Amino acid sequence: MIGRSITRLEGHAKVTGKARYAADNNLARVLHAVLVGAPIANGRVLSIDTEAAQRVRGVVRVLTHSDMPRFGAVSFPSAILKLPMQDDVIRHEGTPVAIVLAESLESAEEGAGAVVVRARSESPLVPRDSAGETPVRMGFGEDLNRGDVPGALQRAAHRVEQRFIQPARHHNPMEPSATVAEWFGDTLFLYDSVQAGFNLPPVMAAVFGIDAKNVRVIAPHTGGGFGCKGWVWPHEILAAAAARVAGRPVKLVLTRAQMYANVGYQPLVRQDIALGCDAEGKLAALRHDVVNTTSIVETWTEAATEISRGLYAVPALQLTQRVERVHANLPTAMRAPAEGPGSWALESAMDELALLLRMDPLDLRLANYAQTDPVHGKPWSSNKLREAYAEGARLFGWRERGQLPRHDGPWRIGFGMAACTMTTFRHPAAARVRLQDDGGAVVEAGTHDIGTGTTTILPQICADTLGIDVARVSIQHGDTTLPDAGPVYGSSATMGVGSAVMLAARDALAKVARLAREPVETLDFAAAMRRIGVAEIVGDGRFALPGNASFNADGAGTPDAMRTWGAVFLEVGVDPDLGLVRLRRAVGSYSAGRIVNPLTARSQITGGIIWEWGKATMEQSLQEPRHGRWLAKNLSNVAIPVNADIPAAITVHFVEEHDEHASPLGAKGIGELGATGVAAAVANAVFDAVGIRVRELPILPSKLIRDLSS
Amino acid sequence: MQNFSYVSAARPEEAVKALGRGCAFIAGGTELLNWMRLGIATPDTLIDIGGMEGHSRIERTGDHLIIGALATLNEVGEHPLVRAHATVLADACLKAASPQIRNRATLGGNVLQKTRCAYFRSETPLPWGCNKRSPGSGCAARDGLNELHAVLGWADHCVATHPSDPAVALACLDASAEVMGKRRRMLPMTDFHVSQVEAQAMFKAAGTGSLLPAHEAQIETRLARDELILAYHIPIHDGERSAYLKVRERESYEYALVSAAATVALDGGLITRARIALGSVAQKPWRLVETEAALIGRRLVREEISAALRTLFEQARPLAHNEYKVQLAANAALRAVLAAGGVS
Repeated sequence: MIGRSITRLEGHAKVTGKARYAADNNLARVLHAVLVGAPIANGRVLSIDTEAAQRVRGVVRVLTHSDMPRFGAVSFPSAILKLPMQDDVIRHEGTPVAIVLAESLESAEEGAGAVVVRARSESPLVPRDSAGETPVRMGFGEDLNRGDVPGALQRAAHRVEQRFIQPARHHNPMEPSATVAEWFGDTLFLYDSVQAGFNLPPVMAAVFGIDAKNVRVIAPHTGGGFGCKGWVWPHEILAAAAARVAGRPVKLVLTRAQMYANVGYQPLVRQDIALGCDAEGKLAALRHDVVNTTSIVETWTEAATEISRGLYAVPALQLTQRVERVHANLPTAMRAPAEGPGSWALESAMDELALLLRMDPLDLRLANYAQTDPVHGKPWSSNKLREAYAEGARLFGWRERGQLPRHDGPWRIGFGMAACTMTTFRHPAAARVRLQDDGGAVVEAGTHDIGTGTTTILPQICADTLGIDVARVSIQHGDTTLPDAGPVYGSSATMGVGSAVMLAARDALAKVARLAREPVETLDFAAAMRRIGVAEIVGDGRFALPGNASFNADGAGTPDAMRTWGAVFLEVGVDPDLGLVRLRRAVGSYSAGRIVNPLTARSQITGGIIWEWGKATMEQSLQEPRHGRWLAKNLSNVAIPVNADIPAAITVHFVEEHDEHASPLGAKGIGELGATGVAAAVANAVFDAVGIRVRELPILPSKLIRDLSS
Repeated sequence: MQNFSYVSAARPEEAVKALGRGCAFIAGGTELLNWMRLGIATPDTLIDIGGMEGHSRIERTGDHLIIGALATLNEVGEHPLVRAHATVLADACLKAASPQIRNRATLGGNVLQKTRCAYFRSETPLPWGCNKRSPGSGCAARDGLNELHAVLGWADHCVATHPSDPAVALACLDASAEVMGKRRRMLPMTDFHVSQVEAQAMFKAAGTGSLLPAHEAQIETRLARDELILAYHIPIHDGERSAYLKVRERESYEYALVSAAATVALDGGLITRARIALGSVAQKPWRLVETEAALIGRRLVREEISAALRTLFEQARPLAHNEYKVQLAANAALRAVLAAGGVS
């Protein structure tokens, strides 16, 4: 069963509208909440006139910072530590300054439009190319200085020193964030759009001074997250606070525009890379200095240097991470964090180095393959990158590309490749499996369907372990009363909760075997349960980390270093007259542990490639330089790829692999891996097509036309 | 969004008569509803003209193609008569918006859509100056992020472009809009939209007490406030071929960075007549009249067309971030002329 391509078990519920998303919960006596955002990016609220809003028919109450109760201090996993509506300070445009509560959404919207906010504005800090400041560390993206980098760069036979820039980009999940909050005394129910329901109880407990056990989060389906629904964002707290003040349930759905300033995004990242190698292409030194924008009082470090610790065997390494403060909302993890930006810079620079060496870029990468973890010298838990390179190159025809046509009508054709890699993030997870005496089973796990296929592969793993048809397995999920299955982010769910389900199924089988005094190997659990007269047996499974940690990156604290690997090969067309770049075909080949369901895995990778195609060629969120606001907060002025941009010829290959060091299941993460390397491969292919090296994303027609006509 | 009342009109006379202050016509609704959501328009009354019978017809009358204002973009784009006699318009329609929107949006409403300037499209309350939204507040795009803005015909009070694809094709084809207010009249589509410079002149000439909007930035067409578009009349020239080229960073469902519409008639390999209109470079479809004249008697080859396009570089006035548009427009025009002449 594991390794089989089964279609989505949750698919029918979704296409028939039966799948219930947060905002689908219509509670009796619910009040509709609409946020009013700060009109400026930096300053103070002088006054908020709510009189006209209160007069709108249906408006029940308008809350501002002066009547919002004071919240208790919060810590991680609250995304923001300095919560809004607690004082009059404005640190970014769009931060909530008032909430209108009304009997209908229409009344609440009209009321919100009638609230008049007067503010004293000061000129905002915007991206300005500063050296940045050293951030408070979060155990990730540490600086590193090993070996004589300046000396090795000076002595190098070939050297590339370049700056690579990528703009801020928003996640833009299909479903905007939505929270429905209802209080029963000191007990809080939240119907929420989240990637990690279990992140809410401790934060809500701290905010409201209640017991975390009294917070229940119900979130079976989430309409995409990509990182912006991972941690707890202020709107979730404000919805709960408004419900408590009003004494009625409250529904708060962010608008698309509000999503831009009320949850995170991937920040603008500037990366300076220096690579030096000998005459054969063996890397001698790598310097990687990263600056990303973050908000005024909160810090997000976009750990792009992580890739330089793991991808290549480099003796001298110098890595720095800095942040530049701007008056914007706080950035957060976005598919793919760290190695997403990192691979754009490093894999572009590697291509430039290959050109200096007159070497096939694939050979340059093979020459610098890291046999062991370059920083700690530990063995890899599993690494079949060379197999992935070979198979990807074969499927693409990389070595024979010189024989392929270079023109097609007005299009110049270019080929590009890049390595892909992602840190292995692991989170602990628990799950339960209930065996029924009719031969069926129920998986219970407090995880979420966020569109990736989690609720298909968990029954699949259970069925595989039990030796039954997947049709006999159902799943209960999306509720914090179920076992804590960890978050659905960081590409960690399959590894964590998948392993927990496997262990729970094994535990249940072992219990039946013990009771029935039969060997587990030949056990027919249903027959045995009927024989001994037990209707249900419950098995528990737990995927734990060393030292019972709540998070593990890179296999830290274990004998092994952990990463996922791959390579992407692309063919693009560039129209030099019109500056257009179009994807013609792509091959992605990966070493990512055991693949539970090739169909959902292929979808994940395909989605990652498309995601990065958008990053490479069109996506950007610009902070307006004088006002500090996001210039555009809608999908009509922020382009993302559409179907017509994506060719059918996207081939995804996984190397046969089983990484038992990473997880008992043998699986690792794939969700973010597909969204690494692609942007560099696109830039490399564009260079191959027209000889223009773009080092600032996205690769827009405007940039190509500028260079092609000069 | 504010409450509004809704009436429907069965005939144009009825619609025009019902029109008072605070009223807005609605047909497909694909644009007006956006304005209402964003606070760009706050009509008290919507007059639904979408149900008026007989106004979506597409037919040939003598040497003209007549297209009713209520024909949807998909109906126009897929109609055999339009494909045969006005290829440029058919292609412009099918390259606009998405299939779903094209099934609703009408050709009458399409030319009246408003700019996609991000400063203009911001939600209410507007955080920055925009004379179109808030007369006298300035133009934040003039010295702001203006990569997508005008390179021709703009003024300091506004640097927006008009985003319609069909309007560019209609201007290229020398089409006229049949409009009805107090009386019926024909309005040439080359003159339908106005650049900011033209708007300034209109504003100055009109003086106080006119029916013009409160600010020159709000004058975008020569359609009077009480007029309704009934149909488009497109002259058919046998032997002439046309093409529409749209340049955009993604392949579909995106406004043009630059677009070019061209018609070409050839005789013995020489151009006897050519018309070119550029889109997304100004607040109106920009006809390249000097280039059109220079092309007569020329061969349909890159070098000769490029030479004729040189005047564009002299006329263009790029802003801080959109100089690329001039070259891109010239390249697009070249490609459109070649395509219209049958060279791909």
